Amino acid sequence: METAVTSMLRTSVDWVSSAFDAPFAGAVVFGVQIGGHLFVEGLLFVVILYLLTQKSYAPPKKPLTDNEIDEVCNDWTPEPLIPAITEEMQREPPKLENAAGSHTIINGKEVVNFASANYLGLIGHEKLLDSCTSALKKYGVGSCGPRGFYGTIDVHLDCESRIAKFLGTPDSILYSYGLSTMFSVIPAFCKKGDTIIVDEGVHWGIQNGLHLSKSNIEYFKHNDMNSLESILEKITSKKKRKKGGRYIVIEAVYQNSGQVAPLNEIIKLKEKYMCPLLMDESNSFGVLGEFGRGLTEHCGVPVEKIDIITGAMGHALAAEGGFCTGNLRDIEHQRLSSSGYVFSASLPPYLAAAAISAIDVLQENPELIKKLKENVAHLREGLSDLQEFEIVSHPDSPIVFLKLANSTGCSEKDMQLLGDIVDQLLEKHDVFVVSSKRSTVDKCPLPVGIRLFVSAGHSKSDLMKVCQAMKIVVPSVLENNC
Amino acid sequence: MITIPYLTALTTYFSYGLLFAYGKIRDFSRSIIDRLFPSSVKGSAPMSLVNDDFYIRRLYNRIQDCFGRPISSAPDAWFDVVVRYSNDNNKTLKRTDKVKRCLNLGSYNYLGFAAADEYCTPRAIESLQRFSASTCSPCVDGGTTTLHSELEECVAKFVGKPAALVTGMGYATNSAIIPVLIGKGGLIISDSLNHCSIINGARGSGATVCVFQHNTPSELEKVLREQIAGGQPRTHRPWKKIIVLVEGIYSMEGELCKLPEIVAICKKYKAYIYLDEAHSIGAVGKTGRGVCELLDVDTADVDVMMGTFTKSFGSCGGYIAGSKELIQYLKYACPAHLYGTSISPPAAQQIVCAIKVLLGEDGSNRGAQKLARIRENSNFFRSELQKMGFEVLGDNDSPVMPIMLYNPSKIPAFSRQCLKQNVAVVVVGFPATPLLLARARICISASHSREDLIRALKVISNVGDLVGIKYFPAEQKEHQEDGALEQD
Repeated sequence: METAVTSMLRTSVDWVSSAFDAPFAGAVVFGVQIGGHLFVEGLLFVVILYLLTQKSYAPPKKPLTDNEIDEVCNDWTPEPLIPAITEEMQREPPKLENAAGSHTIINGKEVVNFASANYLGLIGHEKLLDSCTSALKKYGVGSCGPRGFYGTIDVHLDCESRIAKFLGTPDSILYSYGLSTMFSVIPAFCKKGDTIIVDEGVHWGIQNGLHLSKSNIEYFKHNDMNSLESILEKITSKKKRKKGGRYIVIEAVYQNSGQVAPLNEIIKLKEKYMCPLLMDESNSFGVLGEFGRGLTEHCGVPVEKIDIITGAMGHALAAEGGFCTGNLRDIEHQRLSSSGYVFSASLPPYLAAAAISAIDVLQENPELIKKLKENVAHLREGLSDLQEFEIVSHPDSPIVFLKLANSTGCSEKDMQLLGDIVDQLLEKHDVFVVSSKRSTVDKCPLPVGIRLFVSAGHSKSDLMKVCQAMKIVVPSVLENNC
Repeated sequence: MITIPYLTALTTYFSYGLLFAYGKIRDFSRSIIDRLFPSSVKGSAPMSLVNDDFYIRRLYNRIQDCFGRPISSAPDAWFDVVVRYSNDNNKTLKRTDKVKRCLNLGSYNYLGFAAADEYCTPRAIESLQRFSASTCSPCVDGGTTTLHSELEECVAKFVGKPAALVTGMGYATNSAIIPVLIGKGGLIISDSLNHCSIINGARGSGATVCVFQHNTPSELEKVLREQIAGGQPRTHRPWKKIIVLVEGIYSMEGELCKLPEIVAICKKYKAYIYLDEAHSIGAVGKTGRGVCELLDVDTADVDVMMGTFTKSFGSCGGYIAGSKELIQYLKYACPAHLYGTSISPPAAQQIVCAIKVLLGEDGSNRGAQKLARIRENSNFFRSELQKMGFEVLGDNDSPVMPIMLYNPSKIPAFSRQCLKQNVAVVVVGFPATPLLLARARICISASHSREDLIRALKVISNVGDLVGIKYFPAEQKEHQEDGALEQD
């Protein structure tokens, strides 16, 4: 059977080749005898060429007609601009009737104020008020221009050199708002392709800066040096190490938890892995260290070891705005590349004047820092036997952060509870404290809690008062909710 | 659109090419010297990359003295400019004690509230005594004083919206509020010449950003139709919401927004509209209520109204005005409100007082006078400049008027020559403007007297002849009349 088929095939092939060979059987090209197969190959070649020149199949494109677009546009219904208002959104903050010093007036009653980061008690200080008044008379209120276009007033330059001189750095630069300092400084240095290693508990200003820089972000666990080291190790040891710079961003005292960064260890790691360090001293400037120079002085680290230090002047200095300090070159770089500096109106001159006199006051009265330290210790001691709360902040931090010992497991419910406690403290006991709030765009994963901003202006009886009030209010609120 | 003359474009490119080549040669010789005599200073990894700042070292530093000139008085109609000198070819500038009294054509002091004011300043000082300089706390915690809530009501009433929210900085208002309003799955359609704070806010939001040709409603409509029909990229799901971001007066162009047309288009396509009135609030409109009043647009049609107090009101901070619900939600969710220190009380008082003056609630008609003056001054100055043959951008009634310079060498020349004759102007070049379109910018104030303006026009005209920036033929006849007027 098989042989029959093969023989048939063979005869047919023979027949075809002989049929094609016939016309060319005798063809000789350059003395070489060629058979008929060349003809077949030539034919194939032509077919291939033909196919190649044809366009591949594509469905015919029919753009939408104007009528169809009109229909789509008519059918489209956007979401509302904002979600529906819920009850918790309607909460109104208390209104202060005079300065937010360590005592203030709310609803006609004098209350003890633990809500303002007035760490040194400089709100209402004579010297600050005097310098502000004379600046207001001389310069008016606003500066009416960005720094580049006649918005630089001599007090700005004086304030910059005063801060630099106080901290022992070569130069510094002023920003017109504390919150905008970090979110302008980070994108001025970190670009696309760089890697930023950052603590997961940083405040929103830093988070926004990270986002705007378009760099790769690596979070390490809150204040956990092992986690930082393992991430640094992971990034630097990669065989295909990414090009671009690597930066570490931390806060000296974390606004979201009151923890203090272990600077000595971070410096070691930074030097080992050759990463510049950016540190936000918003809550430690004027507070930590013997003379209030911040975490570097507190840890005995020379200030040059930190590449960029930023800070807000709206806390300890009782003014407003922010500053950034570092070496000459990095500061000059910001004067042209930092968007919050270049594109924003400059700080009102009277606030720069206030900051200068605040630093003067601080330098003349280092005992303010001692007093603040004592107050923090007293308060922590007084609150230590409060079962329902855990003090998570560092003993040196001026923010005493209380976390619920038994969280309900849902942060909204926690916030509700904390809000109730805060309200009752204010209403019944004349003590003004605040719970931490989270914006919808804030990605901080740390637990919420109650924050007490201790001030050097608080007296012992103020501290006693808040401890006693907490001990009465907290159990009653928590019991009602169980 | 700016049409740049062919020859000017050519010479501008040539100048930049020359500067670039010269800078590169200097860099090259520098590197040879560095190799011959290496410096021993070696730090850890540098913060910024060396090649990044070629522009700064070789272009900007040469004309650094035209920017960031410090002043030592209030930025009023006349101010003291601190004299600086340099010993190292403009690389660093040192301050001296000497000052030069100059006519101020640079500050955004539209209504003249920058200097101490008979009504505002005493009240600002009073509030300083009562509330101190800062609250050291965000609005949502201990930063809301009775003054702050008065301010919010006052602002809402002034701009014509049910409610308002005030933050401590104008820049932060934009960059912190846009991300709250829109996120992934949303579309932002932004004017191509919007301010950096708006761009940062849009970028920070995570929404898709589309740009339409500057101040061209037909282009906006085209983009809107295309985007609504196409939906989100890849998934083609319909957009969650669309926000159109425009400014009232564009600060680098001096142009008024074509608001009525844009509002009509946004209404038709159900897009929300976000209007930044940083330069227009207080400065234009019959009672100073901004572009809505000037162009006769109902404020109810503008969903989000934003503005700053740094310009017309001579203070600091920014506001957002909108429906009651919008403000309530923003107060709950906006990071600038939750984390930023609340606006300094004296600054808040200044705004309240300035608004009262504008509305005539201070018992005088100073506000109306100021508003009339700024309008007259602007229109007078603009028409005179145009008659002299300068290429002036922008619309009538706008107090911002850019004069085109084009060539990079004319930037410092114009600025220095004007300063020599005691007129302080702002010059702007790349990267704030496109490379070819360098310009000088003049901001007119209500505090300028007619004599001030005539003096300034004389100086600018002289310098214009000297520098060669009168790109159009002057109107000869009218100019002579002005000459007669000037001599009077």
